[in-house]
Amino acid sequence: MSPVSTLHSQLIYDALKECGIQLLSALPETWLVHLIRLAEDDPDMILVRLAKEEEGVGISAGAHLAGMKSAMLMQNHGFLASINGIVSCAQLYRIPLLMLISYRGEFGERDPWQTEGGGVTEDLLRALHIPFAHLDHPDHVTRRIAKAATLASSANKPVALLLGRDLMWED
Amino acid sequence: MLRLDALRAVYDRFADCVVVTIMGAVAAELQSIGHRPNFFYLQHAMGLASSMGLGIALARPDRRVVVFDGDGSILMNLGGLTTLARYRPRNLVHVVFDNESLLSVGGFPTATSTGSDIAGIAAAAGVPRTATVRTLDEFTRAFDEALAAHELTTLVAKVEAVGPKAFVTDLSMLENRFAFQRYLRETRP
Repeated sequence: MSPVSTLHSQLIYDALKECGIQLLSALPETWLVHLIRLAEDDPDMILVRLAKEEEGVGISAGAHLAGMKSAMLMQNHGFLASINGIVSCAQLYRIPLLMLISYRGEFGERDPWQTEGGGVTEDLLRALHIPFAHLDHPDHVTRRIAKAATLASSANKPVALLLGRDLMWED
Repeated sequence: MLRLDALRAVYDRFADCVVVTIMGAVAAELQSIGHRPNFFYLQHAMGLASSMGLGIALARPDRRVVVFDGDGSILMNLGGLTTLARYRPRNLVHVVFDNESLLSVGGFPTATSTGSDIAGIAAAAGVPRTATVRTLDEFTRAFDEALAAHELTTLVAKVEAVGPKAFVTDLSMLENRFAFQRYLRETRP
């Protein structure tokens, strides 16, 4: 059994569905496996598996202009890899993006290779003026996802939710 | 073949399509022929025009989507070709104007000038229909066949490395973005 929380993944997925999300772009990462499988098994969800996360910015922009709500699932290193697209597509053209970012490299991280990206994620979000909140407890997951989606739509801007170890991982 | 002539040759087909272009010469030349509300010009974010086309095509299977890409742009998002091929929307025609250079930023040669074959890469990625064309007649015929095929097509059009004198036009990026969104919301094919 993977220690990734099935229960909390379902909670996140249900919250995305309640927001009217119909398209999810994703690049697999350990913490996101259940979320990706839930999307895969959902006949009403378009799951787009990417080669690199920045593609997801373009796909979400296209979906938005075409009238479909979408969200992006990625690791924080995928966020790092997407920054040009976020700035020169989503921010330049005022496109709402709902980014769910697994926050690797934070307290408790055992993989040495994740630690450098973990240390710069929040600073980069602030530098880019991307509003963000942490998802680290099941009690606030549903409400924070709904609020993030609302702000993305009203501001026509990217917003980020950082999926924390305490929520995603059952040590 | 001149890109401007290629765009002119098939311009009347765009009336029923949703068109996404890359920045620079392609955007400026299409606007010089005549802007329409169903045209969107991605003036930056090099590489993402094809991904935007995929997003539109998946969200609106009722619409025919045409992306006008370039060699410099698609070379920045070759992985995106595998994503296009994976979902292979039948309503997407992906045209790559290949002038073998980064024309808008000084004309430096791209890897297609030393033999990299974008249609070959697209075919190997799994795009079901691909072709490379070099004359206006070939382009017009291949474009019409791609529209009629109802199958994802990457059509590489080899064009001369010449373009307009200026790339900034009177159309504001945000005006274009909101009008394009409204067009997609309020019209049905």
